[in-house]
Amino acid sequence: MNELLTKLSECIEFGKINLASPYPPNMKGQDGADEITRKALEEGVNPQDILTLGLMPGMERIGVKFRENKVFVPQVLMSAKAMSTAMLHLKPHFLSGAAKQKGTFIIGTVLGDLHDIGKNLVGMMVEGNGYKVIDLGTDVSSEKFIAAVIDNPDSVVGLSALLTTTMVNMEKITRDIKEAVPGTLVTIGGAPVNNDFCSKIGADHYSADPQGVVEYLNVKFV
Amino acid sequence: MVSDGAWGTFLQKKGLTPGECPEQWNISRPKDILDIAQSYIEAGADMIETNSFGGNYFKLKGYGLEGQVFGINKAAAEISRKAAGTDHFVLGSVGPTGKLLMMEEVTVDELYECFKSQSQALEAGGVDAIVIETMTDLEEARIAVKAAKENTACDVICTMTFDKIMSGEYRTMMGISPKEMTETLLEAGATIVGANCGNGIADMIGIVKEIRQVNVNIPILIHANAGMPHYCDGETTFPETPADMASRVKEIIDAGANIIGGCCGTTPDHICEVHRIVKSM
Repeated sequence: MNELLTKLSECIEFGKINLASPYPPNMKGQDGADEITRKALEEGVNPQDILTLGLMPGMERIGVKFRENKVFVPQVLMSAKAMSTAMLHLKPHFLSGAAKQKGTFIIGTVLGDLHDIGKNLVGMMVEGNGYKVIDLGTDVSSEKFIAAVIDNPDSVVGLSALLTTTMVNMEKITRDIKEAVPGTLVTIGGAPVNNDFCSKIGADHYSADPQGVVEYLNVKFV
Repeated sequence: MVSDGAWGTFLQKKGLTPGECPEQWNISRPKDILDIAQSYIEAGADMIETNSFGGNYFKLKGYGLEGQVFGINKAAAEISRKAAGTDHFVLGSVGPTGKLLMMEEVTVDELYECFKSQSQALEAGGVDAIVIETMTDLEEARIAVKAAKENTACDVICTMTFDKIMSGEYRTMMGISPKEMTETLLEAGATIVGANCGNGIADMIGIVKEIRQVNVNIPILIHANAGMPHYCDGETTFPETPADMASRVKEIIDAGANIIGGCCGTTPDHICEVHRIVKSM
């Protein structure tokens, strides 16, 4: 495999954004995701390979470490930042069709809830694993989710809530989405949520960590 | 000593709707807020909090209320003071901003100003102490403690929210241990540290032990959830009963806790039971 892609996957895993970034300390002075992605494109590496063999393995490794409590939110955020920097170079190739994403994931924090740290983490992890992500933000109503699903057929919807006071809104939103566009898959997550809650409200999947969402999507979009 | 129980879940029972700003009730429904405050005093709490957890500039901005930081927090403090009288303490609640320093969503100076203005408004309304709570990022907690300490005459309490990780250790979402919290916040000027929210009172025992190992003198405050919420027929309920919570009180005091109260899902009945055990010891 191209050596640049191996390096790129390490930049993603350890959150090395660009040459100027001081983080992580042991990679100081080295090229980051920004420079390496640009170089790879200049050298004619297939954009699809950059995504599949560079970004995705790095995101997967950090996702698994996060699940195992070996790293915490700050490290994942740095990885996500490195990934989105690389993505900027790849965007034109997705638009032109030279590289394909695996599917579309619509994500938002439910009505009444303004928390976005967890939602953003999941969105970035999913994007880094090769999906198109449509982020509807926080305090999102059923209508907004439904409009996005109609605009993006065959997408999967992710609902996030942090509060014990807002998790209840997931039920109505899940029901509304499934009524408006039957067959739409809904995955949920957030601190107060669990599997039992997921089945009670009629959602399709619950994940305790971002990697779980990625794995769910990987099964659904084969 | 005994602190109070939940406010957010209590407000919901009183009809707070999703999308409504809980802190606005200090202005629009002060009687309901006073009622909550009084119910915890009647339950036997030595101290009560204020309805100002999300009363910082950034959270209020989400509701278009960022111009009312002073008025909302001062009102929150006045209501709890009214319920507490002169013989109970009032702790001014300060929660996180939801903005991440490391993602450059906010600067150190902006955070400092935000916590300074909220703390000053709570002091103007008559609180005895500022309680900075549910923190997960140590740097945000440190800035909040400094801002409250340097700009008010109040005591400053700070509690963070820990989970038990796979190794059996405790860490916040940002990876901070009780030990790191204690060392950093004492240096920043906190006079009481501890933990709040989380997965129920049992986990709090290990957290208290770890803090106690770092410092033998610092008072420790615990505000525990009544477990993780269950969902049934459109309502969330919490599994730990007042008796469940009370059954752990002796153990948590033996571990080194000085002040015990509740967080999400706890009620005046929980506080009443805790009070009964504490007084009998």
